[in-house]
Amino acid sequence: MKYRKWGAALLAAGVVAGLGACASGGGDSSGETKELSILIGTSGDAETQAVQAAADAWAADNNAKVEVVVASDLTQQLSQGFAGGDAPDLFYMSWDQFATYASNGYLEPYAADLPNAGDFYPALSDTFTYDGTFTCAPKDFSTLGLIINTDMWAAAGLTDADIPTDWDSLEAAATKLTTADTVGLSFGLEYARLGVFMNQAGGRLVDGDTVTADSAENLAGLQYVQKLHDEGVLKWPAEVDAGWGGEALGAGKAAMVIEGPWIKGIQGDFPDTNYASYELPAGPGGKSTFTFTNCWGIPANSDTADSAKSLVEYLTADEQQLAFGDAFGVLPSTESAAATYAEQHPENASFVAGNDYAVSPVNFAGSAAVISDFNAQLASLVGGDPKAILASLQEELQAALDEANGN
Amino acid sequence: MSKGIRGAEGRYGWLFVSPAILIIGVFLVLPIVLALYVSLSNWNGLGSPLGNSDFIGGGNYAKVLVDTGLAQRDFGTAIRNNLYYVIAVVPLQTALALFLAVQVNRRMLKGRGFFRTAFYFPSVTSSIAITTIFIFLFTSSGAVNQVIGWFGVNGPNWFNDPRGILAPLTGAVPGDGPLGLDWAAWLSGPSVAMCVLIILAVFTTSGTFMLLFLAALQNVSGEIEEAASVDGAGPFRQFFSVTLPMIKPTLFTVLTLGLIGTWQVFDQIYLTGGGDPGKTTLTPAYLAYETSFANLKWGQGAAISFILFAIIVALTLLQRWVLRDRDLGASGVRRQKRALERLKRDAAAGAQR
Repeated sequence: MKYRKWGAALLAAGVVAGLGACASGGGDSSGETKELSILIGTSGDAETQAVQAAADAWAADNNAKVEVVVASDLTQQLSQGFAGGDAPDLFYMSWDQFATYASNGYLEPYAADLPNAGDFYPALSDTFTYDGTFTCAPKDFSTLGLIINTDMWAAAGLTDADIPTDWDSLEAAATKLTTADTVGLSFGLEYARLGVFMNQAGGRLVDGDTVTADSAENLAGLQYVQKLHDEGVLKWPAEVDAGWGGEALGAGKAAMVIEGPWIKGIQGDFPDTNYASYELPAGPGGKSTFTFTNCWGIPANSDTADSAKSLVEYLTADEQQLAFGDAFGVLPSTESAAATYAEQHPENASFVAGNDYAVSPVNFAGSAAVISDFNAQLASLVGGDPKAILASLQEELQAALDEANGN
Repeated sequence: MSKGIRGAEGRYGWLFVSPAILIIGVFLVLPIVLALYVSLSNWNGLGSPLGNSDFIGGGNYAKVLVDTGLAQRDFGTAIRNNLYYVIAVVPLQTALALFLAVQVNRRMLKGRGFFRTAFYFPSVTSSIAITTIFIFLFTSSGAVNQVIGWFGVNGPNWFNDPRGILAPLTGAVPGDGPLGLDWAAWLSGPSVAMCVLIILAVFTTSGTFMLLFLAALQNVSGEIEEAASVDGAGPFRQFFSVTLPMIKPTLFTVLTLGLIGTWQVFDQIYLTGGGDPGKTTLTPAYLAYETSFANLKWGQGAAISFILFAIIVALTLLQRWVLRDRDLGASGVRRQKRALERLKRDAAAGAQR
């Protein structure tokens, strides 16, 4: 009897001790070798291996060990890391989350001190500038282009002279390419695609401290898209049973799509589809496209900030960026490397050319929620009232901008 | 307490429950208290909430409930979507589960084991896997649309259709409702996409609840049913007046579990695009996640969770009150009155003779 009592007490103590041990997992690394972790949201094995190889090469020269962790949900894992005081030493920071993170003091503003800080495209440095400080170094960029299925193009009797250069010729080409099984043009029903047309019409969402979403130009952009859809020459990928534009193109359900250099990814699933990329046609307000970019984020007040900075310097050097471009098709973020890349990869030259006039999608702290609301409202664009959609965007975006500016 | 032969028992008692208290305290009570604090603070997710945030009172709650703006409208949309989901799923899954349980409880049924396993199967499969299969089944050229195509029906593009199914009837209702939505939006019903999720939930959960009903039905002894049929009750009267009242505690359990589960729906929403199409599948649980993790407004996200908690508690209490133990329900009182009158009439007729 007595033994049993003490046994139970021992068990209770053991459970308590065990729980305590769980809480403080992991050891402290006080050795000479620096250990860094990189959290990335990868496009596939090629990207993971390329980043790991580059990090290993840097680590070998710097007496360090770098672990590349692939996130299954980057946003969630980053938030969790920061809340737990266990943020990765270096991570992919996407353009649409950047302002939210920077305004909450998550990020170490290191980019202005980099030796190659001046080599980046100004449009990219601007995207990652918060409150006047160039915060984190652009990793690469992607612009949107017009991707054409060349076989269908030839079959419809179209030639190089017919490559769309303005809205009218885009409409004409889409009409010619539309058949019973194939739609002429396809792209996702979202701000990241439709916003391009609003900009091509000469519209902008934000002008300084004022939101100009409900302008006549933005309306013209939406109405043009609406018109193409009404004519049946434009369909959203979901309407042709595709997850995204690239799938619609690859499966032959759409002859033209608006996507970025990541279109290369369809080669695995659809090796027989031949396509070529061109710059987007110009609208009444001139040429315009979106540039999307990630930066290398370093958490604020990190112990390993110096090592991480040196790693970023290595990763954003021209030759390393060109190696990434070869491995998984991203465009280098420095102007000199991008020029070399365009020469080496003529099939992607149009994406590089587009960056000369590209703008970043609207991006300030709190804008993401408004844009996702805009995307939700765009679902009612077909047969709906674009003016009302823009009016709602105007109101919400102005409220968010005022809050971001502290008014 | 007298200090006698049992004096030391209290101490040992505490010792033996201490692991449970510790585990519940550390993993349940403390996090809830901390979350409550976060919902009243301006914590931005950087470091521990303690020491990295200021107490700001009810601001986060006001932003969601009172202040006009996107946060309020999103919350209103989420509540509307989830309300329709609950209204559709809870009765349907309870009725289907009860129906299935009665069927597999029949002594005459051959292969009962097979049917019990088959109906229970969706419940033990991961909801992520089932949702993924549903996404494929319900594409615009998927299996479901092909099947209904045989009957000449042109099926909708299920998961991409944001139209509310009641919108043709209620689309013209004027005026602004609560939480920043107009009445037309409130009354538009679940979207076509949400209807698929409703079917999905009924399909996956009714097996679990069938099991609960089955256990209860097997506790209803055969003699009672026999006695009822001797008294002249037909199968329907027997089921609704004898069997159902006897399994009422289980009915309460099933309804409560169903109510809690449906108000907390998250994984199906996460997998089908976080509210797409057009925010018509957005739910408060997903909104809380999105507000916290993507927009870094942790206080607001926690506030949404606590409002959801309050809704669930209130509805559970309401349901408990509705299903409270009464000797007779409203219809029972009427029935008894009629029986009494009949008896008096008969007695009067007998006295005259």
